[in-house]
Amino acid sequence: MALSSTLYNSIFKRTSTFALACVACAFFFERTFDLGVDTLFNKINEGKLWRDIKPSEEQ
Amino acid sequence: MAIAVGRMCGAGLLKSSTASSLIQSSSYSTREWTRSRRILLGSLGVLAGGAGALLFALDQSVKASDLDLHSPKNPWSHSGPFSSLDHASIKRGYEVYKQVCAACHSMRFIAYRNLVGVSHTEEEAKAEAEEQMITDGPDELGNMFQRPGKLSDYFPSPYPNEEAARAANNGAFPLILATLYQLVMEVCNKSFTLSVGHIYRKAAFHPLEYLSASEDYIFALLTGYCDPPAGIVLREGQYYNPYFTGGAISMAQALFNEVIEYSDGTPASASQLAKDIATFLKWTAEPEHDDRKKMFIKSIGIFGFLIALTYYMKRMKWSTLKTRKIEFKPRK
Repeated sequence: MALSSTLYNSIFKRTSTFALACVACAFFFERTFDLGVDTLFNKINEGKLWRDIKPSEEQ
Repeated sequence: MAIAVGRMCGAGLLKSSTASSLIQSSSYSTREWTRSRRILLGSLGVLAGGAGALLFALDQSVKASDLDLHSPKNPWSHSGPFSSLDHASIKRGYEVYKQVCAACHSMRFIAYRNLVGVSHTEEEAKAEAEEQMITDGPDELGNMFQRPGKLSDYFPSPYPNEEAARAANNGAFPLILATLYQLVMEVCNKSFTLSVGHIYRKAAFHPLEYLSASEDYIFALLTGYCDPPAGIVLREGQYYNPYFTGGAISMAQALFNEVIEYSDGTPASASQLAKDIATFLKWTAEPEHDDRKKMFIKSIGIFGFLIALTYYMKRMKWSTLKTRKIEFKPRK
């Protein structure tokens, strides 16, 4: 229970740290979640999207 | 699941006080209601359900009276729940629109800037816009003038107004290729007194105006021209198409094999042209299509997590009630 009590004392106990933890988690969660969904969507629709038919930059 | 979580976290998470759970569960019960309240709410529920069933039945009966040929369902590459539009097909569809459809049909809700990042790069879209001469003005003398198009210009219309279009097309109006939402807004802006029923009646006569989600219809109509069956007399300037309500359509068959040449070298058969223009019109009707399907994947992820959480919380709250024992003590 050492980890959970450390977690409680350092983050969940005070509203200020708890709110800060919420904001930080939301930021990282959204970045990774969006990235994951984009990758999945691009994989499902391989060959049909604009990025697949876009002329390459050097041309 | 609750058991697994409980095993991992120990009993700590599963604790909830009996008193609060009892109060919460009693608010879901109808036992405390008075008789008249029960009758009132019960009859209200029956009335609402009955009205809904009646509306549904009336709607179905209206559809059953249609006598036109229904278009077959085709396996579009974008019809899956996670499937995006085929952007190569959108680009070819734009070429078909530009070289075939645009001679009669306007598409004044789509601007050249909308093509950027969908089917054309910015330079390509600028080049497309510059090919068209747009009426702009007035200048400092009060005269309208012509200038090459810019990215912000909407697709130019072939006729200046509806009357000119009718005069050039034997009295029939070449329908604006646009979205359902945009057309309903336009009709509403013209006259606030039009009812929704009027708009839907109008849709029954002009199915082409309501392109949203009907790419099967466009494909069937464009490839469905044939000789009229015996007994059907067509007036001058009319053609026979079984998919059009009534069969007599003022638009001649427009798509033939090799009528245009695709820039990407795809063989331009009539059915390929029809498929590409249908995909292009699907995109113009629903430009948000791909984002919407991506959002669907996201919502599955988020709501899947929330449903699991809600199920766990329900199990936790109800655990005190579910584990209660009722003891019967017979009178001595």
